[in-house]
Amino acid sequence: MSALDGSKREPAVVVEHLSKHFAKRVAFDDVTFEVGVGEVFGFLGPNGAGKTTTVRTLGTLIAPSSGSATVAGVPLSPRNGPAIRSRISIMPESPGLYLRLSVLENLECFAGLYELDDVRGHIDRALGAVNLAERARDLCGSLSKGLRQRVALARALLNDPAVLFLDEPTSGLDPVATREVHELIASLRERGVTIFLTTHRLEEAERLCDRVAILNTTLRLIGRPDELRQQLFRRSLDVRLRAPLADPEAVFGAVGEVQGWEQTPSGYTLAVSDPDLATPALARALVAAEADILSLAESRHSLEDVYLELVNEDVEAKSR
Amino acid sequence: MSFSWTRVGAILHKELRDYRRNRFVIATMAATPALFIALPTIQLIAANATGKAVTLRVGLSLLYMLVVPVIMPSVISAYSVVGERDQGTLEPVLSTPIRREELLIAKALAAFVPTLVVAYAVFGIFLAIAALFAHPAIVSAIYAGTHVLVQLLFTPLLAGWAVWIGIAVSTRSTDVRAAQQLSVLGSAPPLAILVLMSLNVITVSTALAIALAAALLAFDLLAWRVVAAMFDRERLVTGSRG
Repeated sequence: MSALDGSKREPAVVVEHLSKHFAKRVAFDDVTFEVGVGEVFGFLGPNGAGKTTTVRTLGTLIAPSSGSATVAGVPLSPRNGPAIRSRISIMPESPGLYLRLSVLENLECFAGLYELDDVRGHIDRALGAVNLAERARDLCGSLSKGLRQRVALARALLNDPAVLFLDEPTSGLDPVATREVHELIASLRERGVTIFLTTHRLEEAERLCDRVAILNTTLRLIGRPDELRQQLFRRSLDVRLRAPLADPEAVFGAVGEVQGWEQTPSGYTLAVSDPDLATPALARALVAAEADILSLAESRHSLEDVYLELVNEDVEAKSR
Repeated sequence: MSFSWTRVGAILHKELRDYRRNRFVIATMAATPALFIALPTIQLIAANATGKAVTLRVGLSLLYMLVVPVIMPSVISAYSVVGERDQGTLEPVLSTPIRREELLIAKALAAFVPTLVVAYAVFGIFLAIAALFAHPAIVSAIYAGTHVLVQLLFTPLLAGWAVWIGIAVSTRSTDVRAAQQLSVLGSAPPLAILVLMSLNVITVSTALAIALAAALLAFDLLAWRVVAAMFDRERLVTGSRG
């Protein structure tokens, strides 16, 4: 299921002009977005950008200063707190497990808090989803950090949440544990679970999310990772040659699709209107100029480039 | 969504499971009664006094028994909220549908029930040892008047006071040790009145005992509403108010 499918139904989360201030400190301001049913929505931003505060606000742990939101179909208000919390799950950055209790005992406690009927069935399904059924009777204090994170994820799945908020789920994990958590999130995505993922790991967002929003107190950008790249960066080609051109302007200027160029340590980067048209024309021009071509390909901007571009803009704006 | 005893039960069950494996709680539950049963028992067994001295000695010995339902729950309940916050387990619990009143009742019961069991057990042991080894005049003095009734009545009332003071302190503290110290301090006033009564500084009368019991009962029944009002979910999660 994708965001597009979800858009046909009522969104899982609707946020309109939401703000949260702590006295004079602004946690986040005038944030507006929607998350579709079944969508994996990435919420990116540097430390202190307001990501966790946004999750806590949508999870009714803290009250917004202004604005409105609807979470899992329920309007955000103090009165609706228990109703919203029964429909969602939040996995905080720290697993927050009772370390003297076993995995099973931890989950039994939370099954009671959600007033689940078939406690054993819910627990078995949740443990099965995170591949921890065999460790059910282990004390949580004896588990590795990665396994604890998986228990926390099982706990978050207990009530079959309409929206699952994952706050930095791979923070502090080693690469193997991180990969396991990524695989779990991917499997949840395949099952159609709506996931709201806060992270500052950009490769994680790029790999797992249908859409991402970049928050730096205010919402800076929102869209699919490829859309964001196109919004922020002109399309370009990277050219690597065995030796620099004697007269690059003469070569590149002769190709109509090339709008500009700059020399880089490894060759040249050319701004182009359409890479598909420009590439063959440029190849012909370089061959005509007797250049030895090592590679000629469209530039790939990562989500990290997008993120850094925006964050740097904010830093520059603040310094002005 | 209305008040749910299922959610209260979930927290209560979890707390009791946790206590069994928590060395600090086990030590508190074992050391406090051991201390406060040893001293009065030795006093009574060693004594062969008669007259007014017996009454005073019995009064003091029984007073020791009432320290148990004050000290034990105040230490345990002071840990209840700030301890969870310290361990990072409070936010996941608060992220569930649980209401603050449900959480507080569960935490209160988790401190109150074991206290009651231990305090009554300690009193029972004390009575048994006295019956077996103490001077007959002292045994008679223990059962004379309203001593036993006062013990049975004031044990839960004092425990209730100590539990709510402890939880109130715990909801507002940021440090477990400071919470426990403040909690023990806050639990002392009713005990001080009992000390004065035992030392005959305040003349004991049925009316006074009933008044004190009624005041404690009223406090125990109303305190949870006051403590619930002090329980600020946002401050507990973020450390600051919106």
